[in-house]
Amino acid sequence: ERMCIGRHIRFSVDTSRFPNLRSVSVDLNHDASLLIDIPDALCERDKVKFTVHTKTTLSSFQKPDFSVPRQHEDFIWLHDTLVETEDYAGLIIPPAPPKPDFDSPRDKMHKLGEGEATMTKEEYTKMKQELEAEYLAVFKKTVQVHEIFLQRLSSHPVLSKDRNFQIFLEYDQDLSVRRKNAKEMFGGFFKNMVKSADEVLISGVKEVDDFFEQEKTFLLDYYSKIKDSTAKAEKMTRAHKNIADDYIHISATLNSLAADDMTANKNLNIILSLQKVEGRVASDQDLKLTELLRYYMRDIQAAKDLLYRRARALADYENSNKALDKARLKSKDIPQAEEHQRQCLQKFDKLSESGKKELTSFKGRRVVAFRKNFIEMAELEIKHAKNSVALLQGCIELLKSN
Amino acid sequence: MKSDSPLFLVAQDLTLFCICVNVQSQPASLAAEDISTNSNGPKQDSLFDDDPEDLFAEATEEVSLDSPERDVLLSDGPSPAITPITPPTSVITPRIGHTHDDMFTHSSFDEIEEEEGGDSFDIHISVSDPEKVGDGMNAYMAYKVTTKTSISLFKRNEFAVKRRFSDFLGLHSKLASKYLHIGYIVPPAPEKSIVGMTKVKVGKEDQSSNEFVEKRRSALERYLMRTVKHPILLKDPDVLQFLESSELPRAVSTQALSSAGLLRMVNKAADAVNKMTIKMNESDAWFEEKQQHFENLDVQLRKLHTSVESLVCHRKELSVNTAQFAKSAAMLGNSEDHTALSRALSQLAEVEEKIDQLHQDQANADFYLFSELLGDYVRLLTAVKGVFDHRMKTWQKWQDSQMLLQKKREAEAKLQFTNKPDKLQQAKDEIKELEGKVQQGERDFEQISKTIRKEVSRFEKERVKDFKTIIIKYLESLVQTQQQLIKYWEAFLPEAKAIS
Repeated sequence: ERMCIGRHIRFSVDTSRFPNLRSVSVDLNHDASLLIDIPDALCERDKVKFTVHTKTTLSSFQKPDFSVPRQHEDFIWLHDTLVETEDYAGLIIPPAPPKPDFDSPRDKMHKLGEGEATMTKEEYTKMKQELEAEYLAVFKKTVQVHEIFLQRLSSHPVLSKDRNFQIFLEYDQDLSVRRKNAKEMFGGFFKNMVKSADEVLISGVKEVDDFFEQEKTFLLDYYSKIKDSTAKAEKMTRAHKNIADDYIHISATLNSLAADDMTANKNLNIILSLQKVEGRVASDQDLKLTELLRYYMRDIQAAKDLLYRRARALADYENSNKALDKARLKSKDIPQAEEHQRQCLQKFDKLSESGKKELTSFKGRRVVAFRKNFIEMAELEIKHAKNSVALLQGCIELLKSN
Repeated sequence: MKSDSPLFLVAQDLTLFCICVNVQSQPASLAAEDISTNSNGPKQDSLFDDDPEDLFAEATEEVSLDSPERDVLLSDGPSPAITPITPPTSVITPRIGHTHDDMFTHSSFDEIEEEEGGDSFDIHISVSDPEKVGDGMNAYMAYKVTTKTSISLFKRNEFAVKRRFSDFLGLHSKLASKYLHIGYIVPPAPEKSIVGMTKVKVGKEDQSSNEFVEKRRSALERYLMRTVKHPILLKDPDVLQFLESSELPRAVSTQALSSAGLLRMVNKAADAVNKMTIKMNESDAWFEEKQQHFENLDVQLRKLHTSVESLVCHRKELSVNTAQFAKSAAMLGNSEDHTALSRALSQLAEVEEKIDQLHQDQANADFYLFSELLGDYVRLLTAVKGVFDHRMKTWQKWQDSQMLLQKKREAEAKLQFTNKPDKLQQAKDEIKELEGKVQQGERDFEQISKTIRKEVSRFEKERVKDFKTIIIKYLESLVQTQQQLIKYWEAFLPEAKAIS
């Protein structure tokens, strides 16, 4: 890892060493015909450049092994074009990766600079180190969440064949020109439509299928609960982090006392160790719990979007029925109305069939991911606690023996 | 004959002090006898009057005369004021006979110190069972003070009394007035709190007023333990009376020396010293070095205290956040339609609820062990600074006497050439008196310097021991928390694995 911290933060990381976040979505990237990863990334002035690397045996690609540089906006473009593709209306489109957000560590770094005068040199250095680690953690998370997005696509039987996906992976020029054109074409209209008032529409539709009725009830309720849990988990993690920071200040002051006091000298090491452990507890909880919940919150939103599209298709079908009745009544344009109704029904049936498959596999995916993360989280908590106990008991022995 | 100020002499040995104080307030034959042996009869009284800062005037009113030990002492055959009288403790008795030769080296104190080192310090005081007495704004909390000891100074091995907060303040006020100005570091009493007490009086039975009472109870206990750990204070009759007597005269002037009041007094003294034109000639580098050391220590401890208070705050926050997350996870579990995952989520919620309690308990340990200890020491350092300032005052007094003596001598020299034999004689008399004062001043200064050296050494030893003990306890509390965490997560792990 290269790091040069100042006003401009520039660092790159070899992501293969940090598999932590990947557990949010299991069984990805196993199909040798199309393997995607983000082996490294560069962060300059809070703008991240990802290196997207593809290895493929598919003839549809020009080369078997290649890499391209991509920005966050390119991923969003790809996501939006997939959402706006009619053919994929019956699929759960993997949620777009969130924008890299360095606000929190940046603000803290700013505050730290302001408070430098009140701290000892050692304290300041340690706090700065912690902030650099936080920057790095945010960076790693964003790299991994972008990677998972691509791997979800490559693992999907239908989406992996998408033309725009291929362009994204392969096009060795700057994508921003294509992105601008696409925006002008669609104007983001569809996306806004999807986002607004979907709950009302979904709840309003009279459901004919038990499966979807259950899913609807479940997803709407689950979404609000998981959103709440994500927020609460985040607060827990932040409190852990605050405690770790307090340990830094405490150990620094004990260090100053150490010259006068033998006891303090021995203690400052233990406090520093506790700080490290507390920090790791915080970041592990963040990855295994908070990020898990956050990812599935977005995934549930994507599932809800599918329900919305199906609900809209159902509404369209019902409208087409009414239009057909009207046409028969007026004895006018009956064949068009019949054709329209037939198409609507076809679309609706296709959506329902595909949607059922998607939602079922989604549940399976969710359960597997939760299981993996919960196990890993419990194991890590146990590991950290045992570590702490060993450190503390060692220190107590030392103090008692004197 | 030099006019001694028995007040200062005997203060070093508290038993003698008792006698002197009683002498002043009791117009008994004993008093008459004491005074009559001193040729400066009437002057003796004036000595007491002269000193405007004689806090003993106050102290004498508050000292109670009902202790049986004192009766024994009073009935002892009197001797010149200087002669030591059999003290009540068997510990000191064998040695006291030798001390009168060498009052000024205060070997009695030395030997008491040694004796203390040899004895195992066996006294334990607990403050418990806070009980509200009365109603409305006149209500107060009564605490049970239980002493368990094998020290023969006490009549019994285990006994308890009921005390209220103002009693503690009264005790401290007495001890401070007796010992601070001669260089003893008297532990400060816990802080008053109008807000906290009003809540209790008004009858609010909520968590914050319970916490307040517990905080105060703990502080009172620590205060008493610190006080009795001091070998001199332990034997003070006010302390004995406080611990043993079922009835205690209501402390009226508790306004006098609260911790804040003490700080104000110290600061005033410091200001006065700073304003003096003749600076103390600090020939003793030790004092300057120690003063600097305590200044630094004060700064560091305050900073540490702030950081630990922040830790307590954040840990409480963590506890609250964990509880909230637990509830949220439970709701998520209810919503989850996959059975095994739903159960796991509920289990997770239960684990987090237990962990929330753990964090709360840890926050209490953070507070009561770590944070309060630091707060105690920040206040103790105020008392330490106080004795250093008193030393300055003592020096200044000595210097003032010297200057006055000089002036009188010059005046006398001038009078030699005038024909005023009466005035000359008066001048000579005044000079004699002042010479005595100057000698006394020097002795006092040397004495307080010596006492402070001992006190500082004792204080530092105690501090290191105190911190070590508390830190070990604190680390052990952390170990407990972590071990519980292991238990909880190990119980959860199979539940997580059971998700299929």
